[in-house]
Amino acid sequence: MSRLASPVAGPRVRLPEAGSAWRQPLAVTGLVIIAAWLLVAIFAPLLQPYDALAQGTPMLAAPSSAHLLGTDALGRDVLSRVIAGSRVSIPSALILVIASLVVGAVIGAVAGYLGGWVDEVLMRCTDMVLAFPTIILAMVVAAALGPSIRNAIIAIVVVNWPQYARVTRSLVLGLKTREFVVAGRLLGNGPLTSLRRDILPNIAAPVLVLATLDFGNAILALSGLSFLGLGTVPPTAEWGSMVSDGMQAFDSWWIGTSAGVAIFTIVLAFNFVGDALRDSLDPQARRLVKEH
Amino acid sequence: MSDEQGLALDGARVRYRRRGQPDLLAVDGVTLKVAPGEIVGLVGESGCGKSTLAKAICGLEPIAAGTATFGGQPITPLRLRPRPDHLRRIQMVFQNPNASLNPRRPVRSQVEDARAVHPAKAAPSVEDLLAEVGLDAGLAGRYPHELSGGQKQRVAIARAIAAGPALLIGDEPIASLDASLQARVARLLRRVAAGSGAGLLFISHDLSVVRLIADRIVVMRAGRVVEEAPAQQLWSAPREDYTRRLLAAIPVADGLGVLPGDDEVPAVR
Amino acid sequence: MSSTNHDGALLRVRDLSVRIGGKQVLQQVSMDLPVGQVTGLAGESGSGKSMTALAMLGLLPRAATATGAVELDGQNLLALPRRQLARVRGRQVAMVFQDPAAAFHPLLSIGSQLTDHVRHHLGLSRKDARARATDLLRQVRLPDPAGALGKYPPAFSGGQLQRIAIASAIACRPAVLLADEPTTALDVTVQAGILRLLRSLSDELGLATLLITHDLGVMSAVADTVTVLRAGQVVESGPRFDVLTRPQHAYTRELIEALPQNSLSGQLGDGDE
Repeated sequence: MSRLASPVAGPRVRLPEAGSAWRQPLAVTGLVIIAAWLLVAIFAPLLQPYDALAQGTPMLAAPSSAHLLGTDALGRDVLSRVIAGSRVSIPSALILVIASLVVGAVIGAVAGYLGGWVDEVLMRCTDMVLAFPTIILAMVVAAALGPSIRNAIIAIVVVNWPQYARVTRSLVLGLKTREFVVAGRLLGNGPLTSLRRDILPNIAAPVLVLATLDFGNAILALSGLSFLGLGTVPPTAEWGSMVSDGMQAFDSWWIGTSAGVAIFTIVLAFNFVGDALRDSLDPQARRLVKEH
Repeated sequence: MSDEQGLALDGARVRYRRRGQPDLLAVDGVTLKVAPGEIVGLVGESGCGKSTLAKAICGLEPIAAGTATFGGQPITPLRLRPRPDHLRRIQMVFQNPNASLNPRRPVRSQVEDARAVHPAKAAPSVEDLLAEVGLDAGLAGRYPHELSGGQKQRVAIARAIAAGPALLIGDEPIASLDASLQARVARLLRRVAAGSGAGLLFISHDLSVVRLIADRIVVMRAGRVVEEAPAQQLWSAPREDYTRRLLAAIPVADGLGVLPGDDEVPAVR
Repeated sequence: MSSTNHDGALLRVRDLSVRIGGKQVLQQVSMDLPVGQVTGLAGESGSGKSMTALAMLGLLPRAATATGAVELDGQNLLALPRRQLARVRGRQVAMVFQDPAAAFHPLLSIGSQLTDHVRHHLGLSRKDARARATDLLRQVRLPDPAGALGKYPPAFSGGQLQRIAIASAIACRPAVLLADEPTTALDVTVQAGILRLLRSLSDELGLATLLITHDLGVMSAVADTVTVLRAGQVVESGPRFDVLTRPQHAYTRELIEALPQNSLSGQLGDGDE
């Protein structure tokens, strides 16, 4: 005779609570920092205490109440230059990342979807670019084009697109044979419709994570080129060239350190946000709850 | 051009290329017909070639030898060009409901895409289609991840019939569903196919469900057709040993604790 | 043989409730796994049956909070610290999963995967472990056991891999074997062989086996008792024959009626949804 269930009281034991809470504060911190820098960049002219290009008398002055971050070799206020520099570095890095993403994703998607010899040719081009040491290739391109922030961006896009191409290609390859994509083809979707409706919306998220994490590299690369004199031209305030100036006046630590800390904070912030984005896409956690 | 309707395969062969090994003949000379309105069950164990055959009928795998026609016209492989109109009358329901729908689009738009392909001017509405597969019309605005496996599979069926197919292929459409849903969804497929006059090729490894809905059953093994007979006849009086073994291995929920199959295991697989 | 004899129970689950996120996955689940018997746990997806097995193994996801008790030899597995739990897992409680191909590392030989945990738990030498592994493969009726040790997982079929997975599970002579949908991914003829194997191992080795499946036909062939789970709660339990032929609860009746064998022939009844 089978027995219908009836509740029975029993001993109670508690397991420790889940430990993934530490992740959230970092993501929030990252977002706050990015928002803060964006506000600084937008309101820079209002926030700068002095003109970033105005040279003056107290040269190489240590931080004081008049100049919160001191002055550099030409008497320019360092704090103002850091604030003004945000207007150069941040938009440039954004443009750089977006350009790399677009170029790389188009190449990768075409290679992945069409396959065959198109795939081979495009991937060999990608491999060739990847085979070069990135900073050297960027230097060569920048030097050939002449030092300016625009040419620095172009140079870095040239070395940066392959990673997007590779990731996009492998994502497209994976999705191409997925049932819903095939179902779309059976309904008469051509390649462009298939890519637009089915494939690209489903690969956007991982590629975005890549782009977010890449932002940090972009700033660093731009700063690196400026540091080498291949990016912005003096007297433009840019964080990388400020670090370079700081190298030459090493005793006046406030010059290089201020810009360096600025770079550090925004790169770290983007890394936190990128990590959080990637974790939020993690299908594992969601699946575990659903299927049991 | 003959006026033959429906699917006609004659000595079809499908070959897989493998690196460093001889080609694998997944389908080795299969002759099969599915007339409009006919329900044909295709059964066999894993590796017998039934899924490959389904893919070949949809043009997802090229036919290496033999002929494959639909409505008298040859079935061409699906390449870069959009599928020609007459071949869009063949639609497929896949095994994995979780991969059958675009996660980023709501149910409505996916069924609408299929409706746009319907040959008749007035295709049934999305609400009607959802109702026909036993789903509440309110689900149209939902995204796939908000639905259960069974619901997703029903949406996939609704999408397939929204295109007004003349041949519906189910490639293990119930294998990923709970046992309690399997017979129901199989019957649903039969009903929607029969209702629209389409043929249904129901591919499954589960003979007990296929027998419920098929007019005719085809048994495949190692790329070939082993036996073909009306469903009830195959179930009660199979001719081939292999079919007999398949039938004997099906466990029956009679509570008696009888282990299916026989004691001697000829070759452990 | 009475199947509700609590004294013969080896592993007892008492009022197990598991909560993940905001969702109550299991609610006051109680069941016994008696020695030498196959206890069937039936239910649809989302009923919590796999979660019950994970609780028995101490493998609940980190985000889960569990109350109640899973008692093995008087110890409550839910309350054990990690190190002691690791000693129980594999040694006293072992599990076989649905997908045999995913149960093995594709790049390690079967021999190393079979001997690894045996050497860890039982401290056997390499030679002894290999001998034991060969013996185990023979027990699960795998052809050419000695030769199989040197091969890699891709060389075997699904059914063979599941046999090897079972061999791996019983390697340390556990008291409890949990099988989560062990034959769902296999062909019906292969399934028959695996079910026979599970039944004979349960009898020969005196295992307390938990068989989780949504397939009542499989349940009917192998299980001694059947417990039906629905939305995390036990709805009915009892001897196999009683539950399958004289179900008490409406849900159990629904499950049984949904079976193909109990459905009208498709020619006439086209089903109602």
